Amino acid sequence: MARKAPKKDAVIVGLGWTGSILGMELASAGLDVLALERGEDRETVPNFQYPNEMDELKYAVRYELMQKPANSTLTIRRTLDEVALPYRKLGSFLPGIGVGGAGVHWNGRTWRPQPEELRLHSYVTEKFGQKTIPDGMFLQDYPVTYAELEPYFDRFERMAAISGKAGNINGKIIDGGDPFEGPRSRDYAMPPLPSTYDASLFAKAAKAMGCHPFPQPASIASQSYVNEYGMQLGPCSFCGFCERYGCYNYSKGSPQTCILDALKRKPNFAYKVKVEVLRVDLAADKKTATGVTYFDHTTGEEVFQPADIVLLCAFQLHNVHLMLLSGIGKPYDPATGEGVTGRSYAYQTEGGLTMFMPDQTFNPFVGTGATDVVITDYTTNRIDLGREGFIGGSSISAGTTNGQPIHSLPLPSDTPTWGKGWKKAIKQWYGHSMSIGSQGSCMAYRDCYLDLDPTYKDHFGRPLMRMTFNWQDNDLRMTQFMRKKIEAIAASMKPAVMQSSFKDKGAMYDVRPYQTTHTVGGAIMGADPKSSALNRYLQSHDVHNVFVMGAGAFPQNIQFNPTGLLGGLAYWSAHAIRTDYLRNPRDLS
Amino acid sequence: MKSFLRILGGVIVVILIAIALIIWVPAQRTSAKALDLPTSDITAARGAYVARAANCEDCHTGPGRKAYSGGLTVASPFGTIYSTNITPDKQYGIGDYSLDDFRAALYDGVRKSGTRLYPAMPYENYRLLSEADVESLYRYYMDEVKPVHDQPPQTHLAFPFNQRLGVRVWDWLALKNPRFKPPTDNPQINRGAYLVQALGHCAACHSPRNWLMASNGIRDEDAKYLTGGKVDGRAVPPLRGKDSVTTRWSQTQIAQYLATGRNAYTGAAGDMTSVVGNSLQHLSYDDIMAMSAYLKYLDAGTTEATAHSNDVPTKTQAMLTAANPSTPLGARLYLDNCDGCHFANGLGAPGVFPTLDGNPTVTAASATSLIETILYGAAMPSTQLRPERFRMPGFAWRLDDHDVATLATFLRQGWNNHASAVTAGQVAALRHKEAKPPLKSDERNAGRADQARAGR
Repeated sequence: MARKAPKKDAVIVGLGWTGSILGMELASAGLDVLALERGEDRETVPNFQYPNEMDELKYAVRYELMQKPANSTLTIRRTLDEVALPYRKLGSFLPGIGVGGAGVHWNGRTWRPQPEELRLHSYVTEKFGQKTIPDGMFLQDYPVTYAELEPYFDRFERMAAISGKAGNINGKIIDGGDPFEGPRSRDYAMPPLPSTYDASLFAKAAKAMGCHPFPQPASIASQSYVNEYGMQLGPCSFCGFCERYGCYNYSKGSPQTCILDALKRKPNFAYKVKVEVLRVDLAADKKTATGVTYFDHTTGEEVFQPADIVLLCAFQLHNVHLMLLSGIGKPYDPATGEGVTGRSYAYQTEGGLTMFMPDQTFNPFVGTGATDVVITDYTTNRIDLGREGFIGGSSISAGTTNGQPIHSLPLPSDTPTWGKGWKKAIKQWYGHSMSIGSQGSCMAYRDCYLDLDPTYKDHFGRPLMRMTFNWQDNDLRMTQFMRKKIEAIAASMKPAVMQSSFKDKGAMYDVRPYQTTHTVGGAIMGADPKSSALNRYLQSHDVHNVFVMGAGAFPQNIQFNPTGLLGGLAYWSAHAIRTDYLRNPRDLS
Repeated sequence: MKSFLRILGGVIVVILIAIALIIWVPAQRTSAKALDLPTSDITAARGAYVARAANCEDCHTGPGRKAYSGGLTVASPFGTIYSTNITPDKQYGIGDYSLDDFRAALYDGVRKSGTRLYPAMPYENYRLLSEADVESLYRYYMDEVKPVHDQPPQTHLAFPFNQRLGVRVWDWLALKNPRFKPPTDNPQINRGAYLVQALGHCAACHSPRNWLMASNGIRDEDAKYLTGGKVDGRAVPPLRGKDSVTTRWSQTQIAQYLATGRNAYTGAAGDMTSVVGNSLQHLSYDDIMAMSAYLKYLDAGTTEATAHSNDVPTKTQAMLTAANPSTPLGARLYLDNCDGCHFANGLGAPGVFPTLDGNPTVTAASATSLIETILYGAAMPSTQLRPERFRMPGFAWRLDDHDVATLATFLRQGWNNHASAVTAGQVAALRHKEAKPPLKSDERNAGRADQARAGR
């Protein structure tokens, strides 16, 4: 029998980006807030301190900052007739753990979606006709518009310390920024980071082909910065240890550098670490939640934490898992197409090309997670989707993120993987290669979803979640389109060797290699409670005092990194809770 | 011979009389000054603010102990002194103190029992407190502070310093007139002077000490007032004179440092972390501006140094960016350990990474603080306006004594710095035998965060 803890106004599950934002917003509104984090506590010093943090084996290969599959995982299958097996070794996606969550180990690439991506169903049908949508695709509008979200994107970007160059301020196109982005109310807070040499070569080549290169907007400070909470970041030193690492330099935006020390000062905010939420407890009528039950890994006890509001702020997959375990929303069933929780799981469709250029010398040890130059000339709102026969698009970029020896030494594909030949190739090619990558959208489909696994259980006896996901023709056609565009740009740069890696027709999802990691959906937002788990305020359609943050709300995935969108949505939801829900708790839709 | 014996006898008699006087003359207590505010303004709430400004809690709360219940160790040249319980507990605290008893402790360093306090308690400075502040503070302790029925560890100094009667002689010799004198006609500067001299007791650390170990300068007219001191063997920077930061910083930069523990040039470290974290950040905007106005006023007439500019690269910067394999060890150590935050120009980043070029901690005559910072790191306090607890990690585990000395010398002589070299022996003397967390104040802040974390 679980011990009952004193009641809180709000309980937050997971203390990453969205948990920290909601914690700050609700504590500032005067609520008594408790955040529950299943991992360890983490601070820049000592947890990410120089030089201990620059340990590739520990962090990038053995995933120190990620969840251990032995403790927490899910099962995966590609098709309905496969038997799902546990994801035992991290590869395709890397859920973070510990205070700060994935906000600690990300690259800092921060985007807004294009306005058209938020009303994709309307955009496609209006412009290209209903027939463009293939059978089995769940194409949907977000139930909130770009214009509505603009102030919240802006707030997130100011808070998370974005360095960048605006391309569209109130409809005016600004030279040097992204000309195809939605209108912003103002420029970024800081000038963009300088580009690495490879990025500048790409920019030149892309421009010569009529494209519009611009610097990647980055949650990495290019100078001293203070955000709305008084939190500060210092200028980046381009050490090349962003993704999979915490930032030693107080330069990368993270809950630690942007929110937590300010939040910890609030007497009405508290957090616990090493406590794992097992379920959301519902009232008898299943219309409201009464709190959450968690397991305390320190004391070994099970605790019921009563609360008036429950905020699911864990990694997208865990939010959906908790909803399925707790009976929040009807589970989705692909056979009938009914149900909402687990519906529309989506991923991203990426590709890449590496060029070997013996006459060029790059310095791969200088870089950040977001020093790229990007083009958006082949994004969703730029492509004639009717003519090309797919729905979606990609952002395309080049730039050096790191020169780490174990996992970042690109070699021509005919190089031996060990021995004399390998050593010779390392010597020959280190610092003489560069890559161009595409990050593409991924639509939602009838047969791509999340449910509870019929076989596998976790330490607590709970069923693991089961992912059913595979590449679909639409997205593969899209990525092949990108291949042609990228190869054309690359060829103009005259590399000695050029090797492409783009998924082609018939490709099956492989969980082993790293591929953007941007896993979304499963608890999508929508206007219709029959086809979405959450309403436009990220509130559960069925259990009105449960709000679910994160990329699980994306009805289909965008062609950019997801943090800017999920950060904007978190502020948007927090605003609705503060200004409306607290006064009159009810279904806000 | 006879006359010699007579003289000797006379001397002995005088000594005996003196000892008798020291022992039996009752303790002199400074009488109450005229109340400078209406009685209705004397409130516990006002006293709470005074307690913050005087930073009572910082010394009177030992690690892991309840607020004001004492037990903090204060290292003195004579041995370890423990701070006392000043909660209104009748047995272990000050619960049975009258207002006059309370004032005597603040002004004269005398307990209710008549026992002398050790001058680790800055009554030299608190003697300048206004009657309104004394009475408000008394109200606060009696009405608002919760009694803690717990005795902190007691101070036991070795002979002769355990003879508290000796403190009496010290008091006779060292204590100055107990009146605060407004130095100017400007109310803002006068308020700042009062905050700096009396409540903030800045001179306790920032003035040197004389042969009696008494503060050498507690007021403007004292020649050595705020010209830099020494605490625990660490140089405390001057706040007055041509080498002081206050001449180089604008009033706004001084105010930012006081209120947030950081400014465009540096961050609070060492004992200033807790002074800012527990006291200064809680002061009103007007009081912070008054303090900074007063500190600028003290330095009126001294020339303001020109701000360093990124546009003129120093030789040091050129050496650091040359990527030359024969770069000397000090510069290589800097590149491998410091450059990521403090940069090749040694200017760091405003508000975040302290400037090393011209930093008084780097260039102080005593390199102790610099060496300790390299070994054990530093932490800025979390403040209302700037809540981030920036921390520099320690490098004791990574650099040996020779490395630290070479690096410290490089810092002290790089850019525009011209301070003396540091030896490996100096580093060895400061290296703790066991790894130690960097700062007492930091531990305490961390303790508070843990309490917050534990939930309620």
